[in-house]
Amino acid sequence: MHPAVSIILFTTLSGLGFGLLAFLGLGYPNVEGFTAFVFFALGFALAGGGLISSTFHLGHPERALKAFTQWRSSWLSREAWFAAITMVVMGIYAFALVILGIRLIPLGILGAVLCVGTIFTTSMIYTQMKTVPRWHHWSTPILFFAYAIAGGALLAGQTTLAPMLILALAAFQLWAWQSGDARFRTSGTTLATATGLGNRGDVRSFEPPHTGGNYLTREMVHVVARKHAMKLRIIGIVLFAMIPWVILFVLPFSHILAAIAVLSHLAGALVSRWLFFAEAEHVVGLYYGKR
Amino acid sequence: MPLTQQPKIDLSPPVSDEVRKTTCYMCACRCGINVHMKGDEVAYIEGNRDHPVNRGVLCGKGAAGIMQHTAPSRLRAPMKRTGPRGSGEFTEISWDEALELATSWLKPIREEAPEKLAFFTGRDQSQSFTGYWAQGFGTPNYAAHGGFCSVNMAAGGIYTMGGAFWEFGQPDWERTKLFMLFGVAEDHDSNPIKMGLGRLKERGARVIGVNPIRTGYNAIADDWVGITPGTDGLFILSLVHCLLKAGKVDLDYLARYTNAPCLVNRDPASPDYGLILKDDDGKDLIWDRKEDRPRCYDKPDVIPDLSGTWRHAGVTHVPVFHLIAERYLSDEYAPETVAETCGIPATRIRAIAAELARVAFEEEITIDREWTDFRGVKHAKMIGRPVSFHAMRGISAHANGFQTCRALHLLQILLGSVECPGGFRFKPPYPKPATAHPKPHADAAPGQPLGGPHLGYPHGPEDLCLNDDGTAQRIDKAYTWENPMSAHGLMHMVISNAHAGDPYKIDTLFLYMANMAWNSSMNTAQTMGMLTDIDENGEYVIPRIIYSDAYSSEMVAYADLILPDTTYLERHDCISLLDRPICEAEAAADAIRWPVVEPDRDVRGFQSVLCDLGHRLGLPGFVAEDGSAKYTDYADYIVNHERRPGVGPLAGFRGDGDHHGRGAPNPNQLEKYIENGGFWIGHIPEDAQYFKPWNTGYQDWAVEIGLYDRPTPYLFTLYSEPLRRFQLAAEGHGSRQPPDHLRERIKSQLDPLPIWYAPEAEDADTYPIHALTQRPMAMYHSWGTQNAWLRQIHGRNPLYVPTKIWKENGFRDGDWAKLTSPHGAITVPVAHMASLNEHTVWTWNAIGKRKGAWALDKNAPEATEGFLLNHLIPELLPPKGDGLRWSNSDPVTGQAAWFDLRVRIERVEAPAEAQPDFPPIKSPVPPAPRDILRKTKA
Amino acid sequence: MTSLPTHTEKKLGLVIDLDICVGCHACVTACKGWNTQNYGAPLADQDAYGADPVGSFLNRIHSYEVQPEKGPAQLVHFPKSCLHCDDAPCVTVCPTGASYKRVEDGIVLVNEDDCIGCGLCAWACPYGAREMDPVEKVMKKCTLCVDRIYNENLPEEDREPACVRTCPTGARAFGDLSDPESAVSKQVAARGGMDLMPEQGTKPVNKYLPPRPRDEPLDVLGPLLANVAEEPKGFLGWLDKTLEKLG
Ligand SMILES: Nc1nc2c(c(=O)[nH]1)N[C@H]1C(S)=C(S)[C@@H](COP(=O)(O)OP(=O)(O)OC[C@H]3O[C@@H](n4cnc5c(=O)[nH]c(N)nc54)[C@H](O)[C@@H]3O)O[C@H]1N2
Ligand SMILES: Nc1nc2c(c(=O)[nH]1)N[C@H]1C(S)=C(S)[C@@H](COP(=O)(O)OP(=O)(O)OC[C@H]3O[C@@H](n4cnc5c(=O)[nH]c(N)nc54)[C@H](O)[C@@H]3O)O[C@H]1N2
Ligand code: SF4
Ligand code: SF4
Ligand code: SF4
Ligand code: SF4
Ligand code: SF4
Ligand SMILES: [Mo]
Repeated sequence: MHPAVSIILFTTLSGLGFGLLAFLGLGYPNVEGFTAFVFFALGFALAGGGLISSTFHLGHPERALKAFTQWRSSWLSREAWFAAITMVVMGIYAFALVILGIRLIPLGILGAVLCVGTIFTTSMIYTQMKTVPRWHHWSTPILFFAYAIAGGALLAGQTTLAPMLILALAAFQLWAWQSGDARFRTSGTTLATATGLGNRGDVRSFEPPHTGGNYLTREMVHVVARKHAMKLRIIGIVLFAMIPWVILFVLPFSHILAAIAVLSHLAGALVSRWLFFAEAEHVVGLYYGKR
Repeated sequence: MPLTQQPKIDLSPPVSDEVRKTTCYMCACRCGINVHMKGDEVAYIEGNRDHPVNRGVLCGKGAAGIMQHTAPSRLRAPMKRTGPRGSGEFTEISWDEALELATSWLKPIREEAPEKLAFFTGRDQSQSFTGYWAQGFGTPNYAAHGGFCSVNMAAGGIYTMGGAFWEFGQPDWERTKLFMLFGVAEDHDSNPIKMGLGRLKERGARVIGVNPIRTGYNAIADDWVGITPGTDGLFILSLVHCLLKAGKVDLDYLARYTNAPCLVNRDPASPDYGLILKDDDGKDLIWDRKEDRPRCYDKPDVIPDLSGTWRHAGVTHVPVFHLIAERYLSDEYAPETVAETCGIPATRIRAIAAELARVAFEEEITIDREWTDFRGVKHAKMIGRPVSFHAMRGISAHANGFQTCRALHLLQILLGSVECPGGFRFKPPYPKPATAHPKPHADAAPGQPLGGPHLGYPHGPEDLCLNDDGTAQRIDKAYTWENPMSAHGLMHMVISNAHAGDPYKIDTLFLYMANMAWNSSMNTAQTMGMLTDIDENGEYVIPRIIYSDAYSSEMVAYADLILPDTTYLERHDCISLLDRPICEAEAAADAIRWPVVEPDRDVRGFQSVLCDLGHRLGLPGFVAEDGSAKYTDYADYIVNHERRPGVGPLAGFRGDGDHHGRGAPNPNQLEKYIENGGFWIGHIPEDAQYFKPWNTGYQDWAVEIGLYDRPTPYLFTLYSEPLRRFQLAAEGHGSRQPPDHLRERIKSQLDPLPIWYAPEAEDADTYPIHALTQRPMAMYHSWGTQNAWLRQIHGRNPLYVPTKIWKENGFRDGDWAKLTSPHGAITVPVAHMASLNEHTVWTWNAIGKRKGAWALDKNAPEATEGFLLNHLIPELLPPKGDGLRWSNSDPVTGQAAWFDLRVRIERVEAPAEAQPDFPPIKSPVPPAPRDILRKTKA
Repeated sequence: MTSLPTHTEKKLGLVIDLDICVGCHACVTACKGWNTQNYGAPLADQDAYGADPVGSFLNRIHSYEVQPEKGPAQLVHFPKSCLHCDDAPCVTVCPTGASYKRVEDGIVLVNEDDCIGCGLCAWACPYGAREMDPVEKVMKKCTLCVDRIYNENLPEEDREPACVRTCPTGARAFGDLSDPESAVSKQVAARGGMDLMPEQGTKPVNKYLPPRPRDEPLDVLGPLLANVAEEPKGFLGWLDKTLEKLG
């Protein structure tokens, strides 16, 4: 799949943002006043910025509100609702906490649950795609959740929890890569089923339907990027897991180092999110003789 | 808030304000189209369901016609060259200035030496008109594209059976049960073939495709014979061998309708050696089985014998059929002998022969239609042999193509499957024997028109276009000993010969609709050189070039004066029975184009421009008695010109509108055509629809509508006397004899019975691979590229490489290769193909473009990755050390041997662009818009 | 409308005969021509005369090579447009309701006024049947020529999709696949019409007729030819006898 910057930013940042907000809703860290304001601002900026960034992907962003209409069947629509409601709930919670100094604990818990729900709905947009076998798997929501929670914990300054979550994330991500690699092959969809010609012999794409590009080849058949996948996986895991872990777990605490840990994690998360798209193969690539 | 209501959509939007019916021209198939207009703009084009050619369907190009019509590459006004030739620098001038300039060049030539004008037209659909103009001018140097296209097909067919494949005949799509297709990727008859194949499949008929490459028609063939290029003749003669050995030939048909029973002189000492015995009227004699004596072939009660010999005055005469049996029963043609050369297992050849025989003779069909043959014999039924064949350039574009075409016709005729139900059928004006065609004319005289039409069918040395000293009369050396039966001229030799001054120098090269500086010439790079070459006086070696194109093609840059044509929707045209009409096997038909939209540029229909020029030059036929222009424009000519009394360019709606075929000119004729959907069709009576060459019903009908002036029945000439006459001369007989260096070739290759010889391939060891092109169905030569829709389908053309060569060279996807022929080298992208003859590589034809042409961006893939094989194909064979220029053509007809190309291949690093690359031409038209968002507003 | 209708009155669709498609692209440009002028935004072409042209098309012709165990490789031209799936995932993913399946005839359409151009439906379609218009930025797809098949401004015989009307070989047929008595349903039954990617669970309405067997040995039909004579002399003897019989 084409790793569109807007989508990578959207999923990564909003994931982090909702992850952080979830921690804040549960009262970790138990902040108030200006510190709380800073934490919430960061959470909203990430979550909201991600959402805004997602509209850059739209052909007609001016009609974006229409995306709220199909919650009964569309995960994207559901995500829109969850994100909006979560923002509102967390907004009230934050307002009460920062401005009024009141901690509405049930609201915070509700907000945290909604944050998780939002992350889940986001992940389901991809998970539901049967056409992308790598995504179409229970591990996708968990992966999204793991990034959000690990990153959230890191942002929330959970120095004990964060290193553990980061390690868990790294382990899960490694497994997800590993198991995802085989998924297209085992999905049952092949050029043979795509053409229905499989029972006659080996099927091979001879000539594409056009020498010019088209939306599909640009959007769904993105072979070039996958060449560097191995290198990028290593870079990703070093950045999102190893460096932050070393900083948090091995090195003495310092604000600067903590900032580096966060940035490193973010960079690594972006790399792995880039891979999430770039490595994902859409079955339509079969028709074009490419995956 | 889910929506619960389906949106309401307009299911009956208005389609257009008006439909105008005319004829397509993205290729020469000439389908009928409905042009949907919104206001004065074209909105949508679809096929005309009533049209005889396409019955409503359109091909990919036809359906994209709107983009051709609106292409940014359209020329806008006449232009005079300002920069050096080839630069593309022009200034736009007025029509008056352009026509005056042309007149000032051409008038003196006509008065002094009309042959100094060479007028060659490309895929001209108005040859009877352009030829008439050239005849009036008096130059012998006129031809259209047939010589580099498929003259082998035309000549092979006409000399053998009075009609050819090409678009001049068709299988009996409704009745045939076994169809064999040789060397066709697309054909001129593109939609009818596609429709026909669909019909065959629907009926469960079997299709056998013979082609080194398995795409398109060959991909849907039930059986694919992946023959090695250039060997079809041998394969076909091997089928003939099998059929003869098994006696599976239609003896009755052969005896009645062919010259198989005609008596051939077998005395080597006789001056008539090898000629057919004639009676006092010059008619062929056959042996009469009942009366046991030679009799004229057309006597009502003859019983022609295929086996009787006759000794007379010391000379033995044997029937043609003896010679056929003698030759083809030989083991030389046994499947086992030819298998390796053809790349087809012997068992497969035997199986195909058996299948042909089975279907022809065991699945015989009969139609209850009475008919009478030319001898007066009444036949109660029409008996059909439901096997049919079609072939095109795959067999004709080789230097053995003429004989291969003849071999195929021999096969068809032995099976009795020409002009019978289920077989191959002619479309009017065919059948028409070679003897009913004019002979070529080439005697030029200052200020005088030519004595007759340029192109025709020679029947012996006396018909060649030679001066008394033996030199060629025509610039292309058509009708010389080099290619005596070059019925369509040799367009591919014009520039080369004019540049070499061989046989003489010319002054003005006048071209119409032929991209000679690019995809239609052999040896493209050097051709561009010849067009720009300068002599010792600093003048261009070819002094003047006038060109008419509608678009900014590569050739435009090489002309001194450009006469911009309209697009096909903006002009009158006439698809005439005098020329290459749109007939069907069951009907005569012709058609027009008319301006369904007015041009929005300062352009004029080329034929109208010729009318004007003809008047300015004072050409006979173009000046009225009072000195004014005889025809105000082409429309006027179409309606009012008469070739013979009552016979004009259009056959329909003559006289008061109710006469068809013959009749006085009708001033409302074009309106009638428009009312009728742009065409006229006249059906052949039922009892006249088969066996046309011999069917009195057909002959009488043909006379009635003006195809013939009197009935012209004839025998198929399995044995060709014209060929034998040239051979006889080469053997030393007669007053006109070939130069010594050509004697052997003529003796061996102008055989009166079909033969096969390997096309001249230099050094097959160094160049072991055959290299071919195919036409993409969705592209027409160079024209398609300017079409924004079509160029997305074919914007690049890899070289397709068969598995064996792919592996041998370790190719991988995305690789490039250097392809070298004895003539040059190109470096191009490759792709793998499994369903391909293992000695053959190929690419799509004419996708590669010169930078700066066709209003394309300089970085267009057509210019950076697209390529032509033409750089590898020479118009002259490598020098043989005899100081002579040997053209890369069929020795009989001069057909350009495009498909004899041999190459070797090697893997190379990808260059930045396909090689060779050429500097860009300055575009003579403004840059194209970036995006297209086209919806015609009502 | 993003939910699929539980039942459609008809299942209009195409039957594509892979045995006779010659890959001519006629249906491609006829479709482009009709749909540029009709339903929704014109099908635009970006960089139309440039280095990297990209236009939206609703129908495209692929080609595949099949290497059977025995015999030469075969080539199959393979047209592909929207299959108007019964369980159309492109519809259910759509967040705006722009994508929908018509209750009357099962045609899957995009209401371009509602489309935000998110591209999700194209992701959900396994067949590559949807293309975002490069200029208008709304999702384009085969409409089954909904504005032709019922169009009262067209003569009755022309009320069929543009691609079907133009196909020179007759490789495309249009009809109601829910009616077992329709010509298309009968064709599907007779020729073993198949679904593409059945495992995707989309339940396509369009069906593909597989190519008939190729390169079957010819001699199964008839015995090889028996010679009438080995020698040319013998041949002439046979000739004489046979002619005698002909009279
Ligand atoms: N390698 C290789 N080369 C080949 C062949 C091959 O098989 N392989 N095939 C050969 C054959 S058979 C042929 S016929 C030739 C064809 O070669 P050409 O005859 O050169 O064919 P085109 O390139 O289609 O068109 C010639 C010119 O006609 C112009 N034209 C188009 N429409 C109009 C119009 O309405 N009016 C006017 N005045 N001009 C118009 C086009 O712009 C173009 O410049 O190519 C030959 N070249
Ligand atoms: N779409 C489209 N239609 C066209 C044209 C076009 O440019 N585009 N051009 C028109 C013109 S000018 C012409 S002349 C006709 C030509 O129409 P075709 O005769 O179909 O010409 P080509 O496309 O050159 O195809 C030649 C075929 O012969 C095969 N072949 C080559 N060598 C051999 C051989 O030795 N034996 C056998 N059996 N096969 C061989 C090639 O593989 C190829 O399939 O098409 C006309 N129609
Ligand atoms: S075959 Fe195609 S391009 Fe040629 S005349 Fe017919 S519709 Fe036009
Ligand atoms: S083919 Fe694709 S676009 Fe069409 S209905 Fe099925 S899933 Fe949707
Ligand atoms: S691109 Fe348009 S039709 Fe497709 S899912 Fe998005 S809004 Fe719906
Ligand atoms: S049915 Fe209409 S919209 Fe669909 S592919 Fe055919 S022509 Fe195009
Ligand atoms: S028009 Fe018909 S034959 Fe041509 S590509 Fe389309 S389906 Fe195939
Ligand atoms: Mo041609």
